[in-house]
Amino acid sequence: MNIITLIKQVPDTTDIKTDPKTGNLIREGIESIINPDDRHAIEVAVSLKEKYKGKSIVVSMGPPQAIDAISEAIGMGIDEGILLADRNFGGADTWATSFTLGKAIEKINAYDLILCGRQAIDGDTAQIGPQVAEFLGLPQLTYVMDIEEVDDRRIIVKRGLGNGYERVESPLPALITVIGELNKPRYPRVDLLINACKENARITLWNAADLKVSVQEIGLSGSLTRVIKTFSPKVKREGEMLKGDKGEAVGQLIERLAGNYLI
Amino acid sequence: MAIFIDYDLCTGCKRCEKICPYNGIEVKDGKAVVNERCTSCGVCIDNCPENAISSDIKEKEVPDFRDRKGIWVFAEQADGVMAKVTKELLGLGQSLAKDLNQELSAVLLGNNVGHLIEELQKYGAQRVYLAQHELLSVYQTNPYTKVISEIILHNKPSIFIIGATPIGRDLAPRISMRLNLGLTADCTELSIDQEDGLLLQTRPAFGGNLMATIKTAYSRPQMATVRPGVMESKKIGTSSNCEVIHVDSSLTKEDVVTRVLEFVGEKKKVVSLNDAKVIVAGGRGVGSEEGLKPLFELAEALGAEVAGTRIVIEEGWLPVERQVGQTGQTVRPELYVACGISGAIQHRAGMLGSRYVIAINKDERAPIFEAADWGIVGDLHEVVPTLTNAILNRKGK
Repeated sequence: MNIITLIKQVPDTTDIKTDPKTGNLIREGIESIINPDDRHAIEVAVSLKEKYKGKSIVVSMGPPQAIDAISEAIGMGIDEGILLADRNFGGADTWATSFTLGKAIEKINAYDLILCGRQAIDGDTAQIGPQVAEFLGLPQLTYVMDIEEVDDRRIIVKRGLGNGYERVESPLPALITVIGELNKPRYPRVDLLINACKENARITLWNAADLKVSVQEIGLSGSLTRVIKTFSPKVKREGEMLKGDKGEAVGQLIERLAGNYLI
Repeated sequence: MAIFIDYDLCTGCKRCEKICPYNGIEVKDGKAVVNERCTSCGVCIDNCPENAISSDIKEKEVPDFRDRKGIWVFAEQADGVMAKVTKELLGLGQSLAKDLNQELSAVLLGNNVGHLIEELQKYGAQRVYLAQHELLSVYQTNPYTKVISEIILHNKPSIFIIGATPIGRDLAPRISMRLNLGLTADCTELSIDQEDGLLLQTRPAFGGNLMATIKTAYSRPQMATVRPGVMESKKIGTSSNCEVIHVDSSLTKEDVVTRVLEFVGEKKKVVSLNDAKVIVAGGRGVGSEEGLKPLFELAEALGAEVAGTRIVIEEGWLPVERQVGQTGQTVRPELYVACGISGAIQHRAGMLGSRYVIAINKDERAPIFEAADWGIVGDLHEVVPTLTNAILNRKGK
């Protein structure tokens, strides 16, 4: 069974601090990590490979330093990595990212299963998985919390939907996006990590020309959305103090809550 | 592709440095310098007051979209029951429709769901596109994508909004790739740009630490998913008309690739502060594990989750998955009730994305009051039970 796992290197957003005075982000010294949901996808790929043999490949689009994320995935037991790195990929929205990843997967060609994390912690969009599935014309199974059965022709999963779960069967090849409940990702093995950092490590770099895509289709030029501004969420508020004894103050509060449809 | 600075024009005002989402531009020795973190996203170009920033990125041509009209809402339902988010989207759609002077339509798919039309109308839909088929009775990605994409192609709407629910987040990106449409996820604010009539889509990024406003100029419909619980639903008078357009969906079994074997509902889900609409949080002021009791009672009355500051977790009064703050979770509920919390910046960082904040604290100088919409100075052990009773009384009416 040949498995492709899509991963992203992200800033550890739980580490981000804001300037108490300006409310701006302090980005210095923030660690880059493999997106947490993607680690669960890597774990699926490695454990399926142990069971069914075949080849496991991770694909990531990002700046040159994203090679660290690929090395770590190889340290966890993935066979090969492909980094899509090109200045022209920069500024891509989800459409342009999925298009680029889709082209890379077409180039790899041989696959039975494509795995992604549900969403990345820096963008939180959860769009890449379904968009890549549509690009490749594959069925998709999102929010996968358990893989019940899988063979070379079909897969049965549980999809966690918040208010319960759904058991779904799909033919292969298919794309699945996984959530944290699915498994406990293993730690990278030191010997594999060392191998991943050697010169002959099985990591390939592909640029726009390798994918035979035109500059108009990728990166910011290919994006259909544009960020027009960014700003910090409001820190200070009106801070209206409600006066009187506790009964009066609570009475005023109830009015405010009702007035804003909060109760 | 690169960003260029015109050093004759750059005044070193640092606006670009502040606005860059990636920290990719810095002011050094009074001039802006692009560094290796730059992704060429172009945000700085539009925001430079001196027009000192440019790039070799060719501006995309905007096609003529004058024939695209109408605001559409995906009417999510399950087992013939309307999802709450559908009403919220219609509430939002009403104001967008008013701003653009266009019609508001709902797109309803299912099997035997005709009875929902009246409800859609009541919440503001002026037109309903109705597709009924036995293969649409349960949501599945492929048939829903196919039918909705066909309705969009035939009717050419200008805006299409979908709830950011598990269904909406499965469906919307699929449609966006099929029809090559820009899509913005999980918006918390949508409005119309008065100048060009485009949809302004605002959403949190970087774990809620940053807000971004996005436009989709190059494709129609402008598509966005909207976070549930953020928009308000608005009922309208029943006298207005609602046109129903029956869509003939030519689905066959081949269109359904996956097979839903069963759905197993769960009554109580695991604690998820991220999804909580209301959070009642305690700080040092609760004093003990016992002291959290009034908070749990208020949470029960409000349908809220209970959370705590670092000290509450360190004292063992609450488990770690309920911690809010820099070392805990970042939350953005509709309502955050801070009880006995002084409001250290580390805590405020985790809750400043909340829509409304109530602070209850004995110390009137506590910084939490600066981060609150409404404050009550008093002992939480007295104020919180009073508030709980007042809410229960109101509900009883």
